[in-house]
Amino acid sequence: MAATDPTPTLQTLPSDQLRALQWRFAERFDLTMLIQAVRPVARGPVARLVAQGGRNTHDWTAEKNSLLAVYDEAGITAAFLEPSQGGFIEGPKNLALALVAFELSWVDAGAATCSLASNLGIAPIHERGTPEQVAHYLPLVCPPAPGDTREATRVAFALTEPIPFVGVETGLLGGKMRVVEWQDGQEPVLNIDKRGRFITNMDFANVVTAAVDSADPRIKGSCIVILEKTDPGLWDSGVPTRKMVHQLSSTCDPVFNLNVPASRIVGGYTVKDGVIIPNFTHSDVIEAVFRRTRVTVGLMTSAKLLSAVEPIIRYQRSRFRGGETGTPGSPRYDLGLQTKQDVLHRLVDIWATGEAGAALGFATARLFDSLDPLDRQKDQLFAEQGLSGRSALKALARIQEDATDCIELRRQPEASRDNTRLTLLESNPLVQYVILDAQANVLCPACKLWNTGHGATIMREAVSLMGGYGITEDCPGFLPHKWMDAQLEATYEGPEAVQRRQLSVTMTNTLFIAQFEGWIKDLKVIAAEQPGTGACALGSAMALWLWTTRYLQTATDGNGSKLYQSNRQGITFPLADALCWLLASRQQILDVVELAQSGAADPSVAEELPGAVAFLSDLCHVQAARAAGETARICSELVFGYNLHPEWTVQACAACYGSADLDELEGIMPGIASGARGVTDITPAGQPHPSKAGPCPDTIRLQAFLRMRAKLDGCLYGFGLAKDRAANALTAVMIPEALDYPQ
Amino acid sequence: MYTIIVCGSLVPDPLQTLEPIAGPNGPALKNEMMLPSSLDPWAGHALYEAANLAAKHPGSKVWLVSLGPKAKLQQVMMTVAQKVPFELIALDGPAGGFTDAAETAAALAEAIGAIPGLDLANVLLFGGWESASRGAGATMQLVGERLGITEQFQGVDSLTIGTDGSLRILERVEGGKHQVSVCSAPPAVLGWATGNLPEPRNNPQVGMANMRGIMPALQKAKAAPVGTGDITFASVSLPKQTRATQVIKDQPPEQIAAELVAWIRG
Repeated sequence: MAATDPTPTLQTLPSDQLRALQWRFAERFDLTMLIQAVRPVARGPVARLVAQGGRNTHDWTAEKNSLLAVYDEAGITAAFLEPSQGGFIEGPKNLALALVAFELSWVDAGAATCSLASNLGIAPIHERGTPEQVAHYLPLVCPPAPGDTREATRVAFALTEPIPFVGVETGLLGGKMRVVEWQDGQEPVLNIDKRGRFITNMDFANVVTAAVDSADPRIKGSCIVILEKTDPGLWDSGVPTRKMVHQLSSTCDPVFNLNVPASRIVGGYTVKDGVIIPNFTHSDVIEAVFRRTRVTVGLMTSAKLLSAVEPIIRYQRSRFRGGETGTPGSPRYDLGLQTKQDVLHRLVDIWATGEAGAALGFATARLFDSLDPLDRQKDQLFAEQGLSGRSALKALARIQEDATDCIELRRQPEASRDNTRLTLLESNPLVQYVILDAQANVLCPACKLWNTGHGATIMREAVSLMGGYGITEDCPGFLPHKWMDAQLEATYEGPEAVQRRQLSVTMTNTLFIAQFEGWIKDLKVIAAEQPGTGACALGSAMALWLWTTRYLQTATDGNGSKLYQSNRQGITFPLADALCWLLASRQQILDVVELAQSGAADPSVAEELPGAVAFLSDLCHVQAARAAGETARICSELVFGYNLHPEWTVQACAACYGSADLDELEGIMPGIASGARGVTDITPAGQPHPSKAGPCPDTIRLQAFLRMRAKLDGCLYGFGLAKDRAANALTAVMIPEALDYPQ
Repeated sequence: MYTIIVCGSLVPDPLQTLEPIAGPNGPALKNEMMLPSSLDPWAGHALYEAANLAAKHPGSKVWLVSLGPKAKLQQVMMTVAQKVPFELIALDGPAGGFTDAAETAAALAEAIGAIPGLDLANVLLFGGWESASRGAGATMQLVGERLGITEQFQGVDSLTIGTDGSLRILERVEGGKHQVSVCSAPPAVLGWATGNLPEPRNNPQVGMANMRGIMPALQKAKAAPVGTGDITFASVSLPKQTRATQVIKDQPPEQIAAELVAWIRG
């Protein structure tokens, strides 16, 4: 390349506008303003409290409590609400809440949990509440305006219970409800007896949505019920949980024994033959709630990883300043540890993981923003048709064929496909719902599982790059706190095993697989246009995963047992893990493609764009190669690992060449002795068989896999060079003079 | 009831690494367009004082007239718009701190003069008496002169409206003291120092209301290609950091104070 046209490289850390383009909300000034409202809270009062040691106790202190008012004033509390309820963002808010969580977690994820737990508490009413419940409770959550003397309503969600119940098995509930009074023509009064464990917000909550099961023949099944602090009976917020993480959130083990009207059952109820039947079981409600809130948890860990980049670069560069050997202007003074390739490569891995996780998280949040209105349309259509429960599921099953058609038609050339039918299918909300739902059922657990689980591992790497500083309270960026917090994020709102379990069911859904096949083709097209992103390698890895999944669904192990089945988690869980790597990497690539395209039309990023796209593409390449490697390893282990290794039977021994025979043949066929040793088993003279576990397995029936695997290995060409480029960019990127928190 | 017009633009975020370079149009800062920006803090004080005054005098209106790169202005407005209610007049031009104050003032005065139905007799022209980018300290005076507003006050820390409508103004003078002036009525130019108000918290509700007017204003921002005029910059550099650390134990406070005084006196 000519000297006047140097290869673009990263000049500064990515700007807000660049991120907005990359994560596709550049047109949403409401979201941009939300970020600007949350950021000073995170880097101001929250960061100051962390720096002052506010995290050093699990008790809910006055200093922690003061943050609630700060959240209220900054609009964080009301971000969940519609404008008519006191909020300021119209429409679905999954992306908005994801951005709030991201900004707060950049500094402290406990603060994010504290703010988001209120949303979690009110979410059952938001998602499944009756119109009356929605109209009553949601405006209450809006913080009182100046002059309004009402006490702020703060909500907690009480699902988890003391062992051995919820937390081990979400289908079982120890919390019970009974009818205590039911007069003719009157609302039944229920007694709610519930003990909670690890319940967030309990130090200040005055409304709780609690999961309970029936302990009375006059009530059928389970439900979520709304409890108020003023209800008659016992409301004990409980003792603080002796946790070591997310210390800026309140967590207690509460006890409730309250009498409430049956109208508090979330979503209402019907009475049939003298039995109260809740319209939604507790499982119905938590499924609707958690599938959204888990995405924000995934983004918390990704925010930590990305937030670690700047403090690590600053630490690396300044590592030797002030010493006698490094004078200003020398590499030792200017670059410090960055003269060593290893620390740069490790930082590249951290940054790439953060990018991939953020890409996956924000994509999933956007997906739910698209899905939410379709979900409501679906509910409305089913209500009009009188469909619910099994009949609703059957109706959705009937749509699957149309949805498959829609996916296939979209992929066909416009000139030759049936555009009339495609238009019809694309305008059918049920078809669009099941297509997006199939995606969401995979992306949500994938985001929660990979972002937090793998993110926690990589966060440890970030801490290690700060040396001894990394495990002190003074560590810039609060990295040791973030590392500890990441472990909780991998656990709460459904631990890793729950996410893997869900993935093992949803990732083989035919609609998801149909879309996945299309994604592989898309990546190849991207690879043709932007080969530096690693899209080709990723596409090959996805093809290998798909082949493996299909193979495992039909194959049996060496003992004749079916491989892919519900209780063989040794098969299904690693496959789920591999899929997560692929999905995160794919979304990372798609975001950089989007950035390159939309950024070209945005003058505010004109100077920044070429270098940022080049650098972020290299990160994509690094991550794609890592994802491909993980997938190849897992697939190989699963495809080969469940076969019985051949043993040294009489026939097997007889099938081996003897070394003496080969040596004799060497005179007739030069080269056969050495050539045969490379491809088959050779028995040394005087031994019954070669010294190894058994004959090498016959892999002819798996040649297709081996070809794909070999192709994938070849796809890694260039990955190391991309990592070198990214590492070099880290030595030159301009960073601020100081970290902007605590302010 | 006042028309309060605040002149203010953006400056690089103060935590960023600022490295002067020679650009094609004179001095500039390295990667300036990539660095995050914020509202010039001096102008910020003026804006918050303006909003406070407007809130106390119903019917008053606050305008923010801002000259800067349109795209950067939009980013800065995402924060500024959440602070207080105002209407924006955007001018698309450079805001690097090396432009000629006279050219900048001309562009600002023209934009202010074009405000529909503007009654200059009611105008309070606010701005920072300095700038955090490279304050010429002359822009507000020049804007006032061009608009024919001759009552001018600089380094203002307080404005009180009397019952007779008079303006009681405190300007900073040497020795930590204020000069008190009374101006019978608008129009007047007030170049604010820090004022007395804290920075308002971000309020997305205010922001959403402001943005309904700000986005169209940004879209129709006129080009204002202000330059360096006849100024030639011989050299540009950042203030040098000096560090002379001594580690001395058990030194009495009096002696520390005496050393500091001696150091300050040179």
